[in-house]
Parts: sequence; structure tokens; C-alpha cells
Amino acid sequence: MESLGNIILYFIVAIAIIAFSVLTVTTRRILRSATYLLFVLFATAIIYFQMDYQFLGAVQIAVYAGGILVLFVFAIMLTQKPGQEADVLATHRRWIGLSASVAGVALCGYALFSYAGFAKRVITGGVDVDMVQIGRFLLSTDKWGYLLPFEAISVLLLACIIGGVVIARRR
Amino acid sequence: MDLTLFMYLIPSLIMFGCGVYGFITRKNMIAIMISLELMLNSVDINFVVFNRYLFPGQMDGMFFSLFAIAIAAAETALALAIIINVFRIAKNVDINQITKLKF
Repeated sequence: MESLGNIILYFIVAIAIIAFSVLTVTTRRILRSATYLLFVLFATAIIYFQMDYQFLGAVQIAVYAGGILVLFVFAIMLTQKPGQEADVLATHRRWIGLSASVAGVALCGYALFSYAGFAKRVITGGVDVDMVQIGRFLLSTDKWGYLLPFEAISVLLLACIIGGVVIARRR
Repeated sequence: MDLTLFMYLIPSLIMFGCGVYGFITRKNMIAIMISLELMLNSVDINFVVFNRYLFPGQMDGMFFSLFAIAIAAAETALALAIIINVFRIAKNVDINQITKLKF
């Protein structure tokens, strides 16, 4: 049995996620779309906090909401005139998009409703994921260690930095 | 009333559907990237929620999400650099009007 506050928080987060995701893809002003995306990312961070993964929630807020969103806003400011609205969608294009997404959601929803017995599970016991444990996992070479992906990510970030410099350089 | 696994998968599913819709219908390159972020984010939620509900003793889903967030950040930075470069050359970020790969 969950506490009442947790259930209320869940419903607020779920409604926020659904409403702002729909608004993100339907609004015609792209800066508003980026703002709605920010709200979706914050709601996702609240889900992570609810799941007791505090570090992941902090990373979500710092990297997604703090980093990627700022990049998006800068790119929008550099490429769009303020207040510019996208053209109204052609009807056939909207129908293609709607049918693709509704078909996908219906298929996954049907599979979830009819086959997944695990979907009825509830959270069992609290987990305690502290920073020391995460650091040990990230730097260990044991069976559940993540040293290799960690190093691969660092090389990827280096490649990304070099690529960004090469792409953005004036010729 | 209990918060089941199912109740977390539904918002994530709808978020993914919105991402697909935006990815198909949008014409602005940056708006397409925003839709892509929605899809990536919903997958992250699924990883974390499955990890927490089905295997609470392990942390694999959490690390997958962590790495996915890092890769998404790198990918977005590069994609936006490319988009700004395209804008500098073509004065436009509309996918219908950018038809040449090389100017």
C-alpha cells in the first residue's frame, strides 16, 4: 500500500507527462515546444526520484534539463525569427503521422494489457543506491562492473568534442 | 490503491507515441530533434521502471539510462552543430527545402 502523497504525486506527474508530450509535438511555435519538453524532462526526473534513484534524477535534471535544453534554445534562437510559427500541416501528412503513432501505441498497449503478467507487480522494499555503490560499479571489472562502457563513453565524448569543433569551424 | 508497474509504462508509451508523431509530421530539423528526445526519454523511463520493479537488487537498468543520457547529450550536441552549419549555408532548416547534400 502506497502512501497517499505518493499516489497524488504519481497522478500529477503522469498527467503532466501526457499533456506536455502532446503539447510538445502539436504546438506550432518551436520555442514553446522546447519549453514543454523541459516540463516533460522535469516530470521524468520526478519519476526517477520516486523510484529512489536520486543520482539518476540529478543527472536527468543537470544533463537533460540543464544542458540539452540550453543547446536547443540556443539553436532555436540562432535559426528562427522570434514569434515565427510553423506552417499548418498538410492533412495527409498529419494522417500519416497520427496513424503510425496510434498504431504503434495500440499494438504496445494491447501487448501490455493482454500478455504482461509482470505489469501488476508493486514495488518490493526500498533500495538504497548511494554514490559510493554507483562509483564502485562504474569502476569495477567484475561481473556486474561497468568499466568498459564507462571508458567507451569517455572516448565517445572526446570524439564528440572533436567532431563539434571540426563541424562548427569556419572554412 | 497500489502503484503498479503498468501505471508507469502507460505515460511512457504515450510519450513515445507523441515522439513518433512529431518525428513524422514536423518539418523543422530542430523540432525533429525535440521529438527524438521525447522518444529517448520514454525509453529511459522504461529501463528504470523495469529495473526498479522486477530486479530491485541490481542496477543494470539505472546504468543503461545513465549511459543513454550521456550518449543522447553527445548526439544532440553534434546534431545541433550540423543543423547550425546547414543553416549557415542554406539559410534554412526546413527539410523540404534542403534537398542537396553538397552545395
